Amino acid sequence: MSPAAVELDGIWKRFPGVIANAGASLTVRPGTVHAVLGENGAGKTTLMNCLAGVYLPDDGAIRIDGQEVRFSSPADALAAGIGMVHQEFRLVPTFTVAENVVLGAAPSILDMAAINREVAALAERFGFDADPERPVWQLSMGERQRVEILKALWRDARVLILDEPTAVLTPQEAVELGAVLRRMVEEDRAVIFISHKLDEVTSFCDEATVLRGGSTVAASIAIADVDAGQLAELMVGSSSAVKSLAPRVGVAGDVMLDVRKLTVTDSRGLTAVDALSLEVRSGEIVGIAGVAGNGQRALTDAIAGLETATSGSVTINGSDVTKAGTRERVDSGLAYIPEDRLGVGLAPKLPVTHNAVMRSYRTMRQGPLLSWDRAKAFCSDLISRFEVKVGRFDDPMASLSGGNLQRLLLGRELSGNPVVVVASQPTRGLDVAGVGAIQHLLVKQRDEGTGVLMISEDLDELLALADRILVMSEGRIVGEFDPRQASRAEIGEAMIGAHA
Amino acid sequence: MILAELTITETAVIGLFVATIQFATLLFLAGLGETISERAGVLNLGVEGMMAIGAVFGFIGGVESGSPWVGLLVGTIAGGAIALLHATAAVALGADQVVSGLALTMLGLGLADFIGDDYTSDPRRALFAEVDIPGLSDIRIVGDVLFSASPVTYMAIVLGVIAWFVLNRTSIGLGLRAVGQSASTADAAGHSVVGMRMGAVVVGGALAGMSGAYLSTFVVGAWSVGVTAGRGWIAVALVIFGAWRPGRVAAGALLFGFTLALQSRLQPFGVNFSPILVSMLPYLLTVGVLVVISIRARNQPSPSPAGLGIPYRREER
Repeated sequence: MSPAAVELDGIWKRFPGVIANAGASLTVRPGTVHAVLGENGAGKTTLMNCLAGVYLPDDGAIRIDGQEVRFSSPADALAAGIGMVHQEFRLVPTFTVAENVVLGAAPSILDMAAINREVAALAERFGFDADPERPVWQLSMGERQRVEILKALWRDARVLILDEPTAVLTPQEAVELGAVLRRMVEEDRAVIFISHKLDEVTSFCDEATVLRGGSTVAASIAIADVDAGQLAELMVGSSSAVKSLAPRVGVAGDVMLDVRKLTVTDSRGLTAVDALSLEVRSGEIVGIAGVAGNGQRALTDAIAGLETATSGSVTINGSDVTKAGTRERVDSGLAYIPEDRLGVGLAPKLPVTHNAVMRSYRTMRQGPLLSWDRAKAFCSDLISRFEVKVGRFDDPMASLSGGNLQRLLLGRELSGNPVVVVASQPTRGLDVAGVGAIQHLLVKQRDEGTGVLMISEDLDELLALADRILVMSEGRIVGEFDPRQASRAEIGEAMIGAHA
Repeated sequence: MILAELTITETAVIGLFVATIQFATLLFLAGLGETISERAGVLNLGVEGMMAIGAVFGFIGGVESGSPWVGLLVGTIAGGAIALLHATAAVALGADQVVSGLALTMLGLGLADFIGDDYTSDPRRALFAEVDIPGLSDIRIVGDVLFSASPVTYMAIVLGVIAWFVLNRTSIGLGLRAVGQSASTADAAGHSVVGMRMGAVVVGGALAGMSGAYLSTFVVGAWSVGVTAGRGWIAVALVIFGAWRPGRVAAGALLFGFTLALQSRLQPFGVNFSPILVSMLPYLLTVGVLVVISIRARNQPSPSPAGLGIPYRREER
């Protein structure tokens, strides 16, 4: 048998306070698509970063085609034929597709006409549709991902690592990606596919390795021999962790958030939200599904008052706040969990206390001054009620982990007894415990009679939590579904429908 | 050149345009250097200081050796050497580029005054002679303006073409532009961000030094305190005016050079307009360009390098 394309043997990687990999192993055969499965925090990305030369492992061996290697930079790994497509794309927006593809691996004198032809030919060979002369800033996320893959192929990568590649894709684009990967392995290359979406893994991967808590719990199992349920059990340790939340008991009440024919023009002059109407009633969770970049952020920002509406209206609890500032909206009963939690939601360098009281500091006055005693009392109450793990109160916000940041943010926003909660990607990037806690808080809030508008790219999450699902595409609502009856396929079709 | 055949007005016009070309050369060399540095993502506000260093070393090198070419070389090397300070502080050590650049201006000006103290009233000269392009320099007026300039002007044109070619048609240029736009991307693609940036800053400093040496070996022809007279700052504005592109920087250098030439020549033309107001023109034009850029930026990316002014540190966890 030929040597494995990639062999990671007993990899250890420690970061201050965290052990990301504890003796993880992985063997990938050439000519296969190999899934690396695991929950958030299982150490998948760290392990792959060790292979791609981003991190130097503390211990363990990396062997490529049977030869032991030691990469001190991504460039070393690339030279050895290991290409990685990170979740955050590494592209120069002002460069063309071809310029991005050849960057770092270009002939010393550039003949752009010839390079454009070669890049186009390479794209065609793998079944991509790519215009080499278009600047990258004009491309969709899916198209940018193809540029990243082309970059690796231009360097003739024998092993391509894709870190959660389908997170930014429409279901249709994900299927196309699968076809491209199959074509790559036909040329005897190896593809490592990091994911936690089981349906994708079962549809186009050959083998899977499952990581849990930084170590390998199942190595190179043939996909044909297992079903999604078994994989899920390996990932989470027990099948009980995959639970569906109870649907609502009460009936939806009055309209708490009323958005009427809202149009928002983004900074580039494009219409981000296009005459969109929706309402959220008291005691219901309305989910907005859709591929990232279809106006979700402009919509939530316009509701929160961070973006100006070109036309249309926003009404919160009966009062028209279309032209109101953010404070007036907060006073009307709005709570906002922005997508960018450490930036828009929280101030990363300010202490925990400052962040905790940012919404309600006006109630902590002592004459003209702020009473720090009351602020600290408020903060410690928040921390204990929402189970936030913090060091000291004056630690900078950014020192907290993702889940704890989100708990504090949610706690702060919910402590003002809002009538409407707008939560954008509230569980993205959190670990299992964090996701569960945040979801539980949102459901509890709904059961207490608050209207919740939840934007998520995770359709499964919306199916589990939402009472109604609206599908957003190109700034419009293109469909409404009842999560108890709709299928994933139907919703997925609606998500991409407007593109056709 | 037979001056007797020209009318007084013609002589004045020629004088104006000859001075325009001289100032344009001066500004273009420094502006080109700053363009290279900024395209790599490093703002260097030390141009005025590097120019002063170039001027003093250019003069000393010239008069001590007797050759303006030696002066130009020494000034160029001195400019590159002092730029290494900014490269070390702002690139290698990640200090604030604005602060480090401003410090370089102050340091450069002071150091130049100190070094040049004994040379301020030195009667010796090491001057470039005009080079007449055979055939073309005899053309009436145009010949005097365009084809009878110092060799440095022709060299600046050649350097401009080389810089354009390297930036746009070579893999080094592609890497340099990538470093200025998105350092982490360039790093991941295997380009050395620190190496690239330090190189660009040093080359930029060398060109500013050359510009200063040109001042003391041709335009002014001597060294004196304050000889750079704020022209380094105009070069910084010129880069923005030229939208970080060598060709446009050259065009801007001609325009800004014209305003500099005009300042001392308004009176002879009988125009009663304050030269102080004229001297403000380059900055006014630059602000105008900045406004145009920011209006256009609503629909397309700004021509300014996205990573300009941001020190690069490799991501660590």
